Amino acid sequence: MSTLITYREACRQALRDALLSDPKTFLMGEDIGRYGGCYAVTKGLFDEFGEERVRDTPLSESAYVGAGIGAAMVGMRPIVEIMTVNFSLLALDQIVNNAATIPHMSGGQFAVPLVIRISTGGGRRVAAQHSHSLEGWYAHIPGLRILAPAVLEDARYMLAAALKDPNPVLIFEHVMLYNNEGEIDPQVTSVDIEHAKVRRAGTDVSVIAYGNGLIKALAAAEALAAEGISAEIIDLRVLRPLDTPTLLASVAKTRRCVIVDEGWKSGSLAAEIGMRIAEEAFFDLDAPLRRVCGREVPMPYAAHLEDAALPQPADIVAAARDLVRPA
Amino acid sequence: MPALGADMEAGTLVEWLVKPGDRVKRGDIVAVVETQKGAIEIEIFNEGIVSELVVPIGAKVPVGSLIARIGDTGVAPPAVLQAAKPAPSAPISSPPKRIVPPQPAVIAPVGAMKISPAARRRAAELHIDATTLRGTGVDGAVTVADVEAAAAAVAIAAAPSPRKAFDPAEMRKAIAAAMGRSKREIPHYYLTHPIDLSLALSWLERFNAAQPVSSRLLPAVLLLKAAALALREVPQLNGTYADGVFQAGAGIHVGWAISLRGGGLVAPAILDTDQRSLPELMSQMRDLVQRARAGGLRSSELASPTVTVTSLGDRGAETVMGIIYPPQVALIGFGMIGARPWVVENRVEPRPAVTVSLAADHRASDGHIGALLLSAIERLLQEPEKL
Repeated sequence: MSTLITYREACRQALRDALLSDPKTFLMGEDIGRYGGCYAVTKGLFDEFGEERVRDTPLSESAYVGAGIGAAMVGMRPIVEIMTVNFSLLALDQIVNNAATIPHMSGGQFAVPLVIRISTGGGRRVAAQHSHSLEGWYAHIPGLRILAPAVLEDARYMLAAALKDPNPVLIFEHVMLYNNEGEIDPQVTSVDIEHAKVRRAGTDVSVIAYGNGLIKALAAAEALAAEGISAEIIDLRVLRPLDTPTLLASVAKTRRCVIVDEGWKSGSLAAEIGMRIAEEAFFDLDAPLRRVCGREVPMPYAAHLEDAALPQPADIVAAARDLVRPA
Repeated sequence: MPALGADMEAGTLVEWLVKPGDRVKRGDIVAVVETQKGAIEIEIFNEGIVSELVVPIGAKVPVGSLIARIGDTGVAPPAVLQAAKPAPSAPISSPPKRIVPPQPAVIAPVGAMKISPAARRRAAELHIDATTLRGTGVDGAVTVADVEAAAAAVAIAAAPSPRKAFDPAEMRKAIAAAMGRSKREIPHYYLTHPIDLSLALSWLERFNAAQPVSSRLLPAVLLLKAAALALREVPQLNGTYADGVFQAGAGIHVGWAISLRGGGLVAPAILDTDQRSLPELMSQMRDLVQRARAGGLRSSELASPTVTVTSLGDRGAETVMGIIYPPQVALIGFGMIGARPWVVENRVEPRPAVTVSLAADHRASDGHIGALLLSAIERLLQEPEKL
């Protein structure tokens, strides 16, 4: 028997499991306690676990991410929440200069088993300071593992795997996913945080996506199927380190590839993926690589402009169709 | 264009089995030529890399014409293809000299041709020239699908041209020309001799009893082998005669006369007949008959016979009085095997027997030599286990 749950609820169950299973685990972030979290992910946990383990912080990302790093270095298992990826830039120094480097610079004397949850992405009409997709920047940094759960199963079980990692792990939760509802296969009780996954098998074109882009890619695949085009949809899941073999295997099969990335095209994660395919699967390609990325503008506030700035299923359909059946 | 027998003047190239750039070695089949004897596979006797196919498919060219060039493994100047060693006296006109001026390198305009990386690789695998295709991919690029469609089209185009076995009317003309020439030019003499086959046939019966049906021997194999071994003893009858000179054959390559359904006959060689075991000869005879009728004979088989043996088998006549196939000097014929009255120790008793005949070129040998051959055949057939 399984029941419908939301992505938000899956995240909450994961946090609750973590708090129950390890007394060294605690949550820290802005408005996550009494208020229940900006996206209501931590709702109810403050009442259940108390202010020691579900800690509201001052509005200083640098301070509380730094505190999280310190706690992790001395053996705690902190889970820090940053309200939105735009705000994470205030903690960039802590994440890049400390969390990612201390295990190396201490010669392995200090591990930083820190997990940072960050909401990301556009679509909620909250404009240019709350809507960007900057996870690709973090995927640039050695020493970090970057996760992007798109499906309920990953929202539910990636956290446990991240907590087992002795190095800092950043989990990016796309804001448009929280209300997605579905069932989790009761047989599944864990997921890996190493591999990309084929979410829909196909033969004509590979579509590589992550986060909310995956949901759009799956919708695009449905539309493409109606046109007789078989798209293989790959959920990247792990943005760093990239699971290149899974991508290459798919491209070797379909010989065509569209990469979906809500981030800006210039210097994007999509650029990195495309380049790896060009380097390692060049002779498998039967068509140019294509990217469907966010428009290179600060995220507009107006709904129709925001929609236009974000990759949409129709854009993915058009890109894939153009590769498989050029006009 | 190789001469596939003295009577061949021209051949039509119906199929190339190699293309420029292919590496070939001695014995490879490189082309199929349509002759009056049907479609013949042309073997190559050189090693190297095909540099040019001179004669297009469908062209009929005289014997001796240049049909392709092969070069050494790299930059050496191309050599003329010796497609098959002709029968020693077959008239071969020297290949016409053909000067090929150095070709200026063709430089395609940059960006003119778009071929996807995967399509390039697939084209190489399928031996398709992707630069000749019309692309259906992004920006008109040639894709894997375009290459595979082209390969399929090539396969379809190639498929419906099964080799013609032979045209009976053309075959008749070829026989008429060869036999007419033989009777005009060759002063035949004929000898015949009856041979007791009781020992040979009883040995054969015992041999066959121990074999599966598919490996059983026919009496004709014994006759063929005996004739080939006898020719070792009498080499004056194995070879060719031209321009007043007899030239002994380099080996004993018996042309085995095969009658074709629909009329006509062909006598392709079983190379080194005298050196082959009876089972080997049996399978070669079967193979030759099959390929002669289907049109798969090879140039070396038609160009190399040094003598002809014909066996009428059970088809009927007691004695063959054959006509020599020029420029050979002898034809050995075996009539029907059957019971004959035979005198044994002053009694007459029925014995299985065959009449062997010899038609020989009196310019090259005399009757005494011919008689030696026939008596050698008789002697050899009395010791069948040694054949």
